[in-house]
Amino acid sequence: MSTATIEMGDALARTAEHDEVGEKLVLNIGPSHPSTHGVLRLVLELDGEVITKVDTDIGYLHRGDEKIAENMTWNQFVPYTDRLDYMAPLANNVAYACAVEKLMGMELPPRARVTRVICCELARISAHLLGLGAFAMDVGAMTMFLYTFTEREKIYNLIELLTGARFTTSFTRVGGQTRDLPPGFLEGVSEFCAQFPARLDEFANMLNRNRIFVDRTKDLGIIPADIALDFGLTGPNLRGSGNDYDVRRAFPYLDYESYDFEVPVGSTGDCYDRFAVRMEEMRQSVLILRQAIAKMPGGAWQVHDSKNVLPSKDKVLTKMEELIHQFLVVTQGPDAPVGEIYFGAENPKGELGFYLNSHGGGVPHRLKIRAPSFANLSILNHLLPGHTVSDVPAILGSFDFVMGECDR
Amino acid sequence: MGSDAATLELLPGAEKLPDFRGESTWVVSKELIPEQMAALKAKGYTYLVDLAGVDNQGVDPRFEVVYEVCDLRRKKHIRIKTKVAEGDSVPTVSHIWKTADWHEREAWDMVGIRFSGHPDLRRILMWDGYPHHPLRKDFPLAGLTTEMPDIAFTAKAPLEGGPFVTSSAPYAQDREPRAHPSEERTL
Repeated sequence: MSTATIEMGDALARTAEHDEVGEKLVLNIGPSHPSTHGVLRLVLELDGEVITKVDTDIGYLHRGDEKIAENMTWNQFVPYTDRLDYMAPLANNVAYACAVEKLMGMELPPRARVTRVICCELARISAHLLGLGAFAMDVGAMTMFLYTFTEREKIYNLIELLTGARFTTSFTRVGGQTRDLPPGFLEGVSEFCAQFPARLDEFANMLNRNRIFVDRTKDLGIIPADIALDFGLTGPNLRGSGNDYDVRRAFPYLDYESYDFEVPVGSTGDCYDRFAVRMEEMRQSVLILRQAIAKMPGGAWQVHDSKNVLPSKDKVLTKMEELIHQFLVVTQGPDAPVGEIYFGAENPKGELGFYLNSHGGGVPHRLKIRAPSFANLSILNHLLPGHTVSDVPAILGSFDFVMGECDR
Repeated sequence: MGSDAATLELLPGAEKLPDFRGESTWVVSKELIPEQMAALKAKGYTYLVDLAGVDNQGVDPRFEVVYEVCDLRRKKHIRIKTKVAEGDSVPTVSHIWKTADWHEREAWDMVGIRFSGHPDLRRILMWDGYPHHPLRKDFPLAGLTTEMPDIAFTAKAPLEGGPFVTSSAPYAQDREPRAHPSEERTL
């Protein structure tokens, strides 16, 4: 073989004029690969170890959620939202219900709003813990995964107490939730909030100045703020780049403007900043949870609108009128007006939005899901070239994406 | 919404729809889309939140493209819509917002709206060569058979017994055979 040799150290410095030296290699990662966190497929064109071109292939988990939505009533779609970002089903439930309520023009009672804030923040901590554990494991810190899963287990127990399910919660309905808070739930959340910050400090001690972790994440996968916004990045991935856009602040919903919390932002936009933003967001979520528990009002926990909101079960079983309403709402769905709305919510992965186009009646005409992971991954084709293959798991881990919502 | 006047000035030739739930929507003819969107971005609407294709079968023109754009500094959100007939195409905005690249590919894949000038208008969620656009209203929920080789799943989806599926079969036994396994049909 008559190939010229080049030094290992020169690989990063190579330009197009060196093309005659080595030939390009096409490497396929995924769709089933530990570092792709699901079914993402990357086709990398390599020059030595350096990536020169990327084609991101998605769609392996496409289930046609938007088509399915057009064939069912508003409430029937709630279980499908569990399966978008399946690391934070409660937050998806809340975002979807808020979107439909905006379309219907419903005003939630205070207790339901605070309940939903608790749901969102619990889901955020749970999702960030998984993202953190998986990211740390991708770059070699196996123990972290076990630590974060111990904490997630506590959240799952709380979610089980609240909804009856640990994973696929389907907790919200149009106009409220399936049930009121169970006894002991708020105490459980308080207990969790009391012990969690100390655990978070342990995680920080383990990673923040860990030589291996820092070496593998600092100054890697840098995204400038304007580029991040141009590609539609949201959530910690955008804030890691220094842009402070947080839907809870910019377009408050569920009275988020009345909570006292900080929106952490990064400075360089590298993998380490995205990690650091998530760490701090968990602390802020604990603060929000404490405020929500302190101010939890009593009273109604769902909207009073008998033609569109499911009546409570005890009334259905004992009263004629409620039984009729239950039958109407279940068979025909809540009667939405003609119109179109967009509602975005700050989910753990970024802005989860629903564009609802209604021609009236119980079924959407078009339901478009603006999935944060979809937009977040679209930057890979632009970001990865120039990095080496071994950087790919670190960059993917720092993005903390979920294919369930990317492919819908 | 104080900046409506400024937006009006920004969008000559745009038709404003009545506000709904505090959101303003403008209809722009598709020829003006690149120019209008570039102007919007220059005015501070730097964030393209979403781009959706909508099939209004039976209406002429058949399709709509819905753009949600945000001004993060002034915390403003507006919706721009444009209408496009079947077989026609909308000029791309992927050179204005990079995020539009994938959103437009999805609108083409799912609804079958072409975007002229798009650098790489391939299917994104369905596989290459798939002949249909699933989010069109004339595409049945069960799917359509395709003749493609090398694809494992080309038959119609087995929907029988699904809890939420409404088919046109007159008898419940025909709609949900597994729910009523008896041989004799009873009314």
